[in-house]
Amino acid sequence: MSRTSWIVLALALVAVPWVAGEFYVNLSSQILIAAIFAASLNLLVGYGGLPSLGHASYLGVAAYVSAWLSLKFGLGHWITAPAALAATTLMACVFGWVALRATGLGFLMITLALSQVLWGLGYRWVSVTNGDNGLSSLTRPAPFGISLESAMAFYYFALIVTVASIWLMSRLVASPFGASLRGTRDQARRMAALGHDVWRIRWLTFVYASFGGAVSGLLYVYYHKYIHPTSLSLTSSAEALLGVIAGGAGTLAGPIVGAGIVLVLKNYASAYIERWNMLLGFVFLAIILFMPDGVVPGLRRAWARLRGDKA
Amino acid sequence: MQFWVIQTLNSLALGGLLFLLSSGFSLIFGLMRIANLTHGALFMLGAYIGVTILKFIPNLWVAALLGGLAVAAFGGLVERFILRRLPGNVLGQVLVTLGISFIIADLCLILWGGDPIPVPTPQALQKPLVVAGVSFPPYRLVVLALAIVVALALYLLMERTRLGAMIRAGIDGMQMARAVGIPVSRLFTTVFCLGAALAGAGGILGGPILSAYPGLDADMLPLALIVVILGGVGSLVGAFVGSFIVGFVYTFGVALAPDLAYVILFLPMIFVIAFRPRGLFGRAGA
Repeated sequence: MSRTSWIVLALALVAVPWVAGEFYVNLSSQILIAAIFAASLNLLVGYGGLPSLGHASYLGVAAYVSAWLSLKFGLGHWITAPAALAATTLMACVFGWVALRATGLGFLMITLALSQVLWGLGYRWVSVTNGDNGLSSLTRPAPFGISLESAMAFYYFALIVTVASIWLMSRLVASPFGASLRGTRDQARRMAALGHDVWRIRWLTFVYASFGGAVSGLLYVYYHKYIHPTSLSLTSSAEALLGVIAGGAGTLAGPIVGAGIVLVLKNYASAYIERWNMLLGFVFLAIILFMPDGVVPGLRRAWARLRGDKA
Repeated sequence: MQFWVIQTLNSLALGGLLFLLSSGFSLIFGLMRIANLTHGALFMLGAYIGVTILKFIPNLWVAALLGGLAVAAFGGLVERFILRRLPGNVLGQVLVTLGISFIIADLCLILWGGDPIPVPTPQALQKPLVVAGVSFPPYRLVVLALAIVVALALYLLMERTRLGAMIRAGIDGMQMARAVGIPVSRLFTTVFCLGAALAGAGGILGGPILSAYPGLDADMLPLALIVVILGGVGSLVGAFVGSFIVGFVYTFGVALAPDLAYVILFLPMIFVIAFRPRGLFGRAGA
């Protein structure tokens, strides 16, 4: 992207709360949260070639840990947030070790099974998770004494976290590590022959991506001030994966656009019909059958064709 | 004593149901390289279709047969008209099956409502069997017996028939199988229908134990996945052994530590993956 378009985008993002009503500001905050979540999943799916169907685990666990610590022990956000991130990342170290015993479909099945175990735990371990009622009456943090209760304040908070997270992820992708990650996706055997530790590259990416998921989980629980087992569900992982694929896996902007599309669709659809899951299913079919490499690469191709014709 | 007997029978019955579910999943995966995530939804669809058939024909065995056939027909349509359009696109195929499972789940919710629908145990099997002062619910034994019969039938099908030989050839080397003139494409549809039929029939046979409820799909799918991960994909023996391991671990987990049953389920899986990533009976390269 050129410098002008970056500036336009930045101005547009900053201007949202000044031009849009509260509903749209809140929607934008949710899109930002979904964007971090999808972008972190994209590190695995798009850059690592590791299709995970369990990414909701990290969002959900970070949210639950933060909520549980503050409800049970009355701890402040300055301690619950790092604790939640640390606990989730630690869990990802173990889950990554288990899931990366396989690749491809085996990896997908293991991540799915692990996350379904957590989802079941969310419903059944009532003494901790409060089961189907979820954990409620949570608070938002007040960094430097600034209250995040208003839609606008929360939006800016989410925007800062999102920009920082996406920037960190883009640094990772652009780094030599990112290059070797793409190498393990395309030519794992050659990378091993060149002396790269393929397993370690994948595992580190898994942990890094899960950390991104945990960050979005914290924002998620701050935004809703409530957490329910559905955020650990297969639907939640699948929505994120759909966002990644709809936007275009393995591109930086794709998953962010895709996550936005899925979220807007969900918000508008749920206003008119109750059948979000069915709609989600049909969107899955439509995207995969008719737009298999995603919206952003599709548009980029069209754009390149257009420019090529002009030249 | 009574507790242990009942829980053991429950474990065996759940193991039998899981075998019906996961053997099809495993065969489909082994032959077609598709992780068919509709499998849990097909199980639930079978249960609901069975409920409706029972209204007209009050015989569970007939309902299981017809329900299995109906689900097989549905599976055939999915394979022919959707999966067939995505050859070689592994991730696309998985996501399509996931999308279809969401559609099935919502459709069942619309058609049959949100309340669990109990399925009555066949009259002849309602009376508990009393042996040496301990009573056995006979239906569970029948489910176990049925699963064993199906397992034997599948084994004979795979090892002793021409169709089975072709399926095994397809699992071992798709290209070679095609080259020697095996109609692999027709085989795909056959195996997919067979897997769907087993899942559908399993759903209604499981009815008297589990009943039909929304969320049955999401409850069964992870169990089937764990079975297949434990046993090794593409292996019938693996699916059989894995089913009973999961049946026992899950049933006793729920009975003894209801809060943490899911975590206990997870332990044998980690253990097996740590030492044998391809599963207990999985073959290298499968």
